[in-house]
Amino acid sequence: MQYLPNILFAIALIAGIGFFVINIRKLTRNIKLGKDINRTDNKSERWKNMIRIALGQSKMVRRPFSGFLHVIVYVGFIIINIEVLEIIVDGLLGTHRVFKGFLGDAFYGFLIGTFEILAALVFVAVILFWTRRNVANIKRFLSREMKGWPKNDGNFILYFEMVLMTLFLIMNAADPAFQQAGIGNPISKFIVPLFDGFSTETVHTIERTAWWIHILGILVFLNYLYYSKHLHILLAFPNTFFANLKPKGQFNNLASVTNEVKLMMDPDADPYATPAQGEEDVVPEKFGASEVTDLNWVQLLNAYTCTECGRCTSACPANLTGKKLSPRKIMMDTRDRLEEVGRNIDANGGAFKDDGKQLLNDYIKPEELWACTSCNACVEECPVNIDPLSIIIDMRRYLVMEESAAPQELNAMMTNIENNGAPWQYNQQDRLNWAKEK
Amino acid sequence: MIVPTMAEMMAQGKQPEVLFWVGAAGSYDDRAKKISRAFVKILHAANVNFAVLGTEESSTGDAAKRAGNEFLFQMQAIMNIEVLNAYEVKKIVTCDPHSFNTLKNEYPELGGKYEVFHHTQFIQNLIAERRLKIDENTLQGKRVTFHDPCYLGRANEVYESPRDLIRRLGVNLTEMKRSKRTALCCGAGGAQMFKDAEAGDKEVNVLRTEDALETKPEIIATGCPYCNTMMTDGIKFKEKETEVKVKDIAELIAEANNL
Ligand code: SF4
Ligand code: SF4
Repeated sequence: MQYLPNILFAIALIAGIGFFVINIRKLTRNIKLGKDINRTDNKSERWKNMIRIALGQSKMVRRPFSGFLHVIVYVGFIIINIEVLEIIVDGLLGTHRVFKGFLGDAFYGFLIGTFEILAALVFVAVILFWTRRNVANIKRFLSREMKGWPKNDGNFILYFEMVLMTLFLIMNAADPAFQQAGIGNPISKFIVPLFDGFSTETVHTIERTAWWIHILGILVFLNYLYYSKHLHILLAFPNTFFANLKPKGQFNNLASVTNEVKLMMDPDADPYATPAQGEEDVVPEKFGASEVTDLNWVQLLNAYTCTECGRCTSACPANLTGKKLSPRKIMMDTRDRLEEVGRNIDANGGAFKDDGKQLLNDYIKPEELWACTSCNACVEECPVNIDPLSIIIDMRRYLVMEESAAPQELNAMMTNIENNGAPWQYNQQDRLNWAKEK
Repeated sequence: MIVPTMAEMMAQGKQPEVLFWVGAAGSYDDRAKKISRAFVKILHAANVNFAVLGTEESSTGDAAKRAGNEFLFQMQAIMNIEVLNAYEVKKIVTCDPHSFNTLKNEYPELGGKYEVFHHTQFIQNLIAERRLKIDENTLQGKRVTFHDPCYLGRANEVYESPRDLIRRLGVNLTEMKRSKRTALCCGAGGAQMFKDAEAGDKEVNVLRTEDALETKPEIIATGCPYCNTMMTDGIKFKEKETEVKVKDIAELIAEANNL
């Protein structure tokens, strides 16, 4: 019986982590549904970006208020993991505050003291975040796409953090030996008087309960990530690593198109030539994207990483002038559809079964896509280097090249380029007239 | 105005120092033609040996590409590259950030590798080489604000060369609340220039003009023919055309130097 808590703890730990691993597997499988793209060049710059942007939060602090609060919560999260490590060792070995003896009173006290202060700061930051989200009428939290789950998700995370921080402090406060040592309790010592007059027994029960709920809460939180925008605490790292390094104005040249254009323009090319070996059964490629599987894996990783913060949308000229386009919604739609495709694959024994839906039209409407000025403000703003513009352009490519469904005026513009070499209807022979006028 | 073409140069067995890529707007649009002429005046003043393609120039395909027509873009690109390579062009300068971006970033993969300059960068070099001086008395003290073109600014991180030139004019340069990497688009990019806007509650160029007007400018400086059109329309919409002028940096320099 003596080992029962240890065994229960081990079971909880294994279940928690096991479930998490299963979900992460699904996540990587889904991301790999995307087309291949090489993003392993220039490794040193990629590492630098990751360290600066994901670890160093450099783009986060461009908005000083939310940036500062975010840094507190983020540092709190990272450092508190040392505490979690102690809980895990204690839980498995049945020890109590095992690091104390190990690290020495002074250093241990310093560490736990720091955590307590951070926990208090995180608590305050979380309350401010909650107020911004729910009371302060900030436009980017009130957009159309932020109703229902996205709104609740944002709040759940904040409640979670409040509860976890409180439990941590109660757990310390209800540990008489720790309090008597008088090290590392700068915050919890103010909670101690609450337990005045409680029996030793009761205080111990409080301590154990807080301890258990704290660690179980962390395991639940870990598994909640997969279902939440909070996934960014993990994916921000690969996402910034694999982000585009080229100039933002440089759009990729579709290789499939290059081949066809070269064939078309090469007078010597034989259209009936037998394809080179290995090319016989190549399915003609679809131009552009109408479904998540037409996007590349970096775009899909982007979708899972999106924190729904709306910084992109709040900088988008189309959105600022009341058009339907919201780059955040583009990312959220992509993720929602990808999840749906993933569930479909799971339900159908590993193969996707046509559900009569796709990303284009069922989630993202052409009207949204056509409102984009390709200005890159969204890309510049995103604190984790997501590129909503690349998805918008890939979908426009599908609309134009597969469906010939561009707005009428754009068709006219393109016809002009084709016939006169200019988007307007002028004669190419008049190209130099400007030099002769005054 | 003397504007030599590559064909003429070739006939004389000469190779110019730089090709001036005029662009469709700079060739046909009445407002943008003035920018092309102002820039040519500057090139002449600095004794730059340049040429244009003239009737051999065609659309870079930028608008087609942003609209999603990769086919049309690549056809245009490959045709242009054939012409440029036949003339052995090495250096290109253009007043159009869209042409600049496309020639600089998207052509190399398709076989067109050139050194490409935005005219503000090119003029900056002319000053550094002491081939051009800007008179800082003519426009002295005027309140000027600069609108960053997305395809020069965010797209290629060129924020300083236009500002450097404006400062050399001896004017009072003010920044809008959204500037440099947070600048707001004029509303023309991504092929929006060629179509009606989607339903909304405002036009983008009007919002951007409001940003500019907040700085109480006498002149809104631009470095892109499309931004120029959009801001000019915005100023008309706000009925401010008598107080505020929209000018390309090349025009301001030509004006300052009485060219
Ligand atoms: S690139 Fe398109 S989606 Fe992104 S901010 Fe500009 S207009 Fe909005
Ligand atoms: S794409 Fe980036 S900026 Fe936009 S909501 Fe997602 S995380 Fe925020």
